[in-house]
Amino acid sequence: MSAAKAARQTTGAYAIELHNVNVFYGEKLAVKDVSLNIQRQKITAFIGPSGCGKSTVLRSINRMNDLIGGARVTGEVVYNGENLYASNIDAVEVRRRIGMVFQKANPFPKSIYDNVAYGPRLLGVRGKKQLDEIVERSLKGSFLWDEVKNDLKKSGLALSGGQQQRLCIARTIAIEPDTILMDEPCSALDPIATQAIEELMRELVKKYTIVIVTHNMQQAQRVADMTAFFSIRKEALEGGKDRRWGVLVEYAHTPQIFESPQFEETERYIGGEFG
Amino acid sequence: MVAHESSSQKEPIFMATTLGAGQEQPAAQNIGITTARGPEPRRGSLQKRPRPVDGLVRILLFFCGILSIFTTIALIIVLLSESIAFFTSGLVTLPEFIFGTRWQPVAGEFGILPLLNATIVTSFWAMVVALPLGIGGAIYLSEYAKGSTRDKLKPILEILAGIPTVTYGFFALTFMTPVLRVILGENNVSIYNMLSAGLVMGIMILPTIASMSEDALRAVPNSLREASYGLGATKFETISKVVVPAALSGLIASFIVGIARAVGETMIVALAAGAGPVANLTVNPLGSGETVTGHIARISGGDLSYASIDYQSLFALGLALFVFTLALNFISQWVTRRFREVYQ
Ligand SMILES: Nc1ncnc2c1ncn2[C@@H]1O[C@H](COP(=O)(O)OP(=O)(O)OP(=O)(O)O)[C@@H](O)[C@H]1O
Ligand SMILES: [Mg+2]
Repeated sequence: MSAAKAARQTTGAYAIELHNVNVFYGEKLAVKDVSLNIQRQKITAFIGPSGCGKSTVLRSINRMNDLIGGARVTGEVVYNGENLYASNIDAVEVRRRIGMVFQKANPFPKSIYDNVAYGPRLLGVRGKKQLDEIVERSLKGSFLWDEVKNDLKKSGLALSGGQQQRLCIARTIAIEPDTILMDEPCSALDPIATQAIEELMRELVKKYTIVIVTHNMQQAQRVADMTAFFSIRKEALEGGKDRRWGVLVEYAHTPQIFESPQFEETERYIGGEFG
Repeated sequence: MVAHESSSQKEPIFMATTLGAGQEQPAAQNIGITTARGPEPRRGSLQKRPRPVDGLVRILLFFCGILSIFTTIALIIVLLSESIAFFTSGLVTLPEFIFGTRWQPVAGEFGILPLLNATIVTSFWAMVVALPLGIGGAIYLSEYAKGSTRDKLKPILEILAGIPTVTYGFFALTFMTPVLRVILGENNVSIYNMLSAGLVMGIMILPTIASMSEDALRAVPNSLREASYGLGATKFETISKVVVPAALSGLIASFIVGIARAVGETMIVALAAGAGPVANLTVNPLGSGETVTGHIARISGGDLSYASIDYQSLFALGLALFVFTLALNFISQWVTRRFREVYQ
């Protein structure tokens, strides 16, 4: 923990830098040559058509791809001056600093309390008082506290979809990461729950660096400071088949992407003319 | 049970097709499909026609179902009636049967405890082997093994589960027992002993437990594993704190099925654990002991006269076993239902 705090103080301009990142699933190239710098305490949105590799790039940032057999990352992901894919880096430690929230809320089949306390307990926090404090702080941080403070013993799965997603966010901030990756966190939620999560993101970004994948253009415009547009390249192979991989097309401040994109492809996508 | 399900499921499907054929909508769809596909379909009257094969199959399946229920009921009736005859013979009372510590039909003593004791001792040692190894193997297969390794190992497990138990019994007597006698001393280990039978029974049950547990572990959604890794958990923490607790109901169910098999297993104990109920109740597994099933097997093999008290006592034992395994089944169903839907 103290190492994490110390590292946090080394202020480079960027929280995370991707240099020429390629991701392979087995032999298949999924994402090619992505380079981008993610700014500290800003919200960065990844947008682009389905299958262009947004999730793949996101998961390469906290080494979640390690969990998929055959997945391989080349290039560099630099975090606080260290390449996360260097051989001496511990993926478990990386995920403690760079937390993740998934598309489908995935609370553990445990109580709300145990869901939030899961990460801190892994880090060795045992005291009841200390855990109580962390649970309360995290649930307040995800704006869920008022709704659940009276039944923390209830199963996390007994909550509504939006509440479950906020529980997952609380669970993530309980381990005090400095970056939070969110893969379409609102795609299964109604507009009101979505609004709650968006407000939460704007609050969280005061302390955390956030990267979010979204299919919702309005959402990107509402919350993101920076937006990265990814797209698909394909190459015809013999026999009518083709090979597809994802690329980063354009990365800029959100208003620029949406109002004056540099590339026609971006313009067509945000204009809704894309496959 | 089976018959009920199959007949009640058959019915609506059958009804639906006959009804559908009599109405307009499906016919309209047919036309749509023809224009797209080309070849003219068989078009006839919309009226109901006889479908003799459907009816025949239905009746046949119904009898298959009914037969299994019928045999079970017949079995229970026979068990019950002979047991009632046993308990009303005036020679033994139910409490004497349940709490009696000696089983000596010649002396008119019918206490089930010595037999039950041997059953429990052998089953205990079986579970000592099968539970940790079975669940450990299941965790390896589900969480550690590569997909290709698992695809090779899983069928092997299922084949192992199908080896006839007499083979295992022979193995216990001619291999396990000599090994135990070398390790623990010839004077300490009887030729027929409960430990050898129990350990080999554990080996017999192992594949079943491993296979069922592996199914339970694999049914845990990957999203829970990802959530755990995403919070900085190691593989071991993820398995012990998330995957195993989420699969608990299935693991317990496999455990109970394992116990039920151990309790009901006959051949291994009959061959290796010993013949003749031990005089004194002992949990020492190095001595011999006759289990409930072993006793039934031995006595029914001999020349027993029908309607004798010895003969009827076997049915009482059978009934006791039946009640025991039925209870285990209910517990396992209850446990499974109690913990199901813990995750979606
Ligand atoms: N576990 C995997 N194994 C093999 N290929 C994968 C795996 N996950 C993703 N891919 C492939 O990588 C490519 C990029 O997938 P990815 O999930 O990153 O896209 P995405 O942009 O997140 O799409 P969506 O918007 O639908 O979520 C796709 O071609 C996909 O088939
Ligand atoms: Mg995705």
